[in-house]
Amino acid sequence: MLAALAAVPILIAVAVRVTERNPGNGRGPAFLDQITHNGLFVAVVGLTVCIPLFLPLTVGVVAGDTIAGEASAGTLRYLLIAPSGRIRLLAVKYVGAAAFSLAATLTVVVAGAIIGVALFPVEPVVLLSGNTIGVGDSLVRSLLIAAYITVSLLGLSAIGLFLSTLTDVPVGAMAATIVLSVVSQVLDNLPQLDWLHPYLFSHYWLSFADLLRDPIAWTSFGDNAVLQGAYFVIFAALAYGRFSGKDILS
Amino acid sequence: MTDAVRPTSELAIETRGLTKKFGRYAAVNDVDLRVPHGAVFGFLGPNGSGKTTTIRMLLGLASPTRGEARVLGQNMARNVSAVLPRVGALVEGPGFYPYLSGEANLRRLDSADRYAPSSTRDARVASALARVGLTAAARKKVRAYSLGMKQRLGIANALLTPRELLLLDEPTNGLDPQGTREVRALIRSLASEGTTVFVSSHLLAEIEQICTHAAVMSVGSLVAQGTLDELRQVGRSRVRLVTPDLLLALPVLKRFGLTIEPGNPEGVASGSGDPVVVASFGDATLEPERIVAALVHAKVRVRGFDIEGASLEDRFVALTGEGFNVEH
Repeated sequence: MLAALAAVPILIAVAVRVTERNPGNGRGPAFLDQITHNGLFVAVVGLTVCIPLFLPLTVGVVAGDTIAGEASAGTLRYLLIAPSGRIRLLAVKYVGAAAFSLAATLTVVVAGAIIGVALFPVEPVVLLSGNTIGVGDSLVRSLLIAAYITVSLLGLSAIGLFLSTLTDVPVGAMAATIVLSVVSQVLDNLPQLDWLHPYLFSHYWLSFADLLRDPIAWTSFGDNAVLQGAYFVIFAALAYGRFSGKDILS
Repeated sequence: MTDAVRPTSELAIETRGLTKKFGRYAAVNDVDLRVPHGAVFGFLGPNGSGKTTTIRMLLGLASPTRGEARVLGQNMARNVSAVLPRVGALVEGPGFYPYLSGEANLRRLDSADRYAPSSTRDARVASALARVGLTAAARKKVRAYSLGMKQRLGIANALLTPRELLLLDEPTNGLDPQGTREVRALIRSLASEGTTVFVSSHLLAEIEQICTHAAVMSVGSLVAQGTLDELRQVGRSRVRLVTPDLLLALPVLKRFGLTIEPGNPEGVASGSGDPVVVASFGDATLEPERIVAALVHAKVRVRGFDIEGASLEDRFVALTGEGFNVEH
């Protein structure tokens, strides 16, 4: 899955490079053309493309597999009688899913940076607020964005962990997690439900643009962290409530 | 150790009124198991009689609907984490990651045990594999293992650290005859080291060969338990009578309350040509010599008279029924 994620910025970069000669033909997001001016943008563009579907998809697969995957392989009972302890097992599984979220976003950033440097000119980056920062500073910003997106996925990971404790069929938990991430984004786009938007776990997913200002606007980072923390607390508690007393019959 | 714990501590496993219901159906109903320390305890029952569900409750994987399970002197509902490090188990077949080697699987499960020191992990994994004869296949992926090899790996997992109690659910499933013998030898050697071994099986011969104690489950209930000798004695003994005077003999046997077994396969004794009567009696206090005396008194020519003790198989069938169907 990490290889597939790494392929996204590479595909974008190669596609843009190949079609570079006829820019501005009106198709595709306008920001894609930005990367022809500066290879450092490839990482950010890659993340932007991955956030709505690809990253939640891979995180859903990993988080949905945590408990249900062990149950379907028949290893859950052996882990529990080893004894791993139920709370400890949940904690380890969640840390694993969170680590995957970090690895996934870093993969996109690193692959994007490498392919960007390889195919396009590297220049100081002009931020959204108009200032210019050096190459090193812009890499730091890229990593900040990766951190932001990792945090963004923590709530979804907790949801996946909880769904995974409900079933012995990993595919079911994975699909349910991914469906929830899509539903959340659809609801976020319905203006009639704007009262609900700040509570949707996907609400701040694309707000990392604030990290491309100077000085950095940390409010969206903070709001996102609080929201994801709340989702983590709720769904970790539900997962614990479900799993601690569950009869393991797999 | 407090006095409250002491009285039960010579029992490795003790359950009281252990019941597990799935909906309205009781998979395990009011089971009172008593497994002494140091015993090799056979847990018998046909498929679907509640053996595995009982084992799951003994390991804290499932919680009882009613009743309690005490393992190694501690209540499983409250002290799971204190008991499990002292217990090794194979539950309902082995479960391993097919894409990892046998060795890697054991290392992973061992590292899940928070009481197992990581410094001696390599040595423990190697010796567990050696003990079940899997050293040569240690680095093969489990996907490439045969059923018997997976079963051995499951037993190796139960032996990773020294255990006071082993719960083995159908340990010889899928093993070839040599493997079955090896497992029996392994269980004997573990028992001689003082480990209490609780083996569930539907194979009587296996239980008869290695166990000191046994219990029989039928449709979720415990129908018998005790030492093997106790179990055999309770069974109905049989009288085997060879006589040409069949018509005279039958009323005498009936007078003693003996049941003539119909469809007797050996209707004629080989050699002599005399008919054979097989009759069973449930009253263990009945003295066989009185039957002979009465037969002779009734002018029955007794040419052969034999008492056959009930085999465990007879007992098993008597307790669990002849039927081949899974009962609900």
